[in-house]
Amino acid sequence: MRLVPHPFLTLALLLMWILLTGFSPGHVLLGGLVAILTSRAMLSLKPEPARVRFGLPMLRLAVIVSADIIRSNIAVARIVLFRPRERKSGFIHLPTELRSPYALAVLAIIVTATPGSLWVQHDARRHIILIHVLDLIDEEEWVRQLKHRYERLLMEIFE
Amino acid sequence: MIQAPDLPLWATILVSLLLVAGALVTLVGTLGLLRLKNFYDRVHAPTLGPTLGALLILAGSTICFSVLQSRPVVHEILIGLFVTLTTPVTLILLARAAIYRDRSEGILPVPPDVVSRTAETRVDGDG
Amino acid sequence: MSIIFFALAITASQILLGLAMACATFRMLRGPRAQDRILALDALYVCAMLLLVTYGVQTGRTLYFESALVIGLLGFTGTVALGKFLMRGEVIE
Repeated sequence: MRLVPHPFLTLALLLMWILLTGFSPGHVLLGGLVAILTSRAMLSLKPEPARVRFGLPMLRLAVIVSADIIRSNIAVARIVLFRPRERKSGFIHLPTELRSPYALAVLAIIVTATPGSLWVQHDARRHIILIHVLDLIDEEEWVRQLKHRYERLLMEIFE
Repeated sequence: MIQAPDLPLWATILVSLLLVAGALVTLVGTLGLLRLKNFYDRVHAPTLGPTLGALLILAGSTICFSVLQSRPVVHEILIGLFVTLTTPVTLILLARAAIYRDRSEGILPVPPDVVSRTAETRVDGDG
Repeated sequence: MSIIFFALAITASQILLGLAMACATFRMLRGPRAQDRILALDALYVCAMLLLVTYGVQTGRTLYFESALVIGLLGFTGTVALGKFLMRGEVIE
């Protein structure tokens, strides 16, 4: 039994404490104590260990996602304001190769946080994700985009 | 109410632009709640506020407080992170609840069988 | 001069956010279905949170930041609980 079972969680909690209270030696000490004790609560939950590779793919994913969020914000704002006649929305089925639950969770957050696409359901048996798209022109194109932009990088990071 | 902190001119212009732009983006997002026709279209609209709207307004607030206290004040990052991470969770949960209800009532055309049959019957048995 | 301009800009953004909250409230009262109302509630609390942040900028006090964080936390738990209730008819299984 190690002293700090989840080092990243502990570090994140300590960082949050410092951001909330301000940086001073006393607060670092107190925050560190609280972070170590609270992160031990995760021990009893026994989460599946995640294998995460830090490095260039993570940075690239962050940049791509930020750019996509801004671009699709503008696209959705245009749809709301001008209501183009020929727009139609619909569901698409995305067959995925991701198996790690953490990678799937990150993909769900990315897909939903980007305005214009919404993660609805994941079929764990057949590995198909149901996604609702606001501006559906071509299902194949959407699937190709999602696979090309996010899935490949997530595979590099998590699997 | 005429009240505002005393900032240098460049910060005034920058913060004003960021705040108004962020509020506009958020307004467009909620306007989508009124203008789009069905529920699955409307779910997309409120994502504008928590992503770009919150980003702009929180950036304005960060710059304002950093200039006021003449040291970097970055605790707005916490709100930004929290909102962008939690809103998708709420929306996913809502979309799942909505599609489950629509399937069991059969009013709107929704794709029926992404979930395998056994899981579907298990859910039915619970309700 | 620049203070009046700044105050007007802050007030303008507060009015815009207030209008956004009005839109969300309208959808919440109008429905038509329960999921629409919860969706509107979600948008409403995010707007309220951003409005509090602009108040923080206006007064130059960090007190509003804490209340914004609390609204964010409580709004998230509230809408998640409501969403879960729609799905199964109970919040904690």
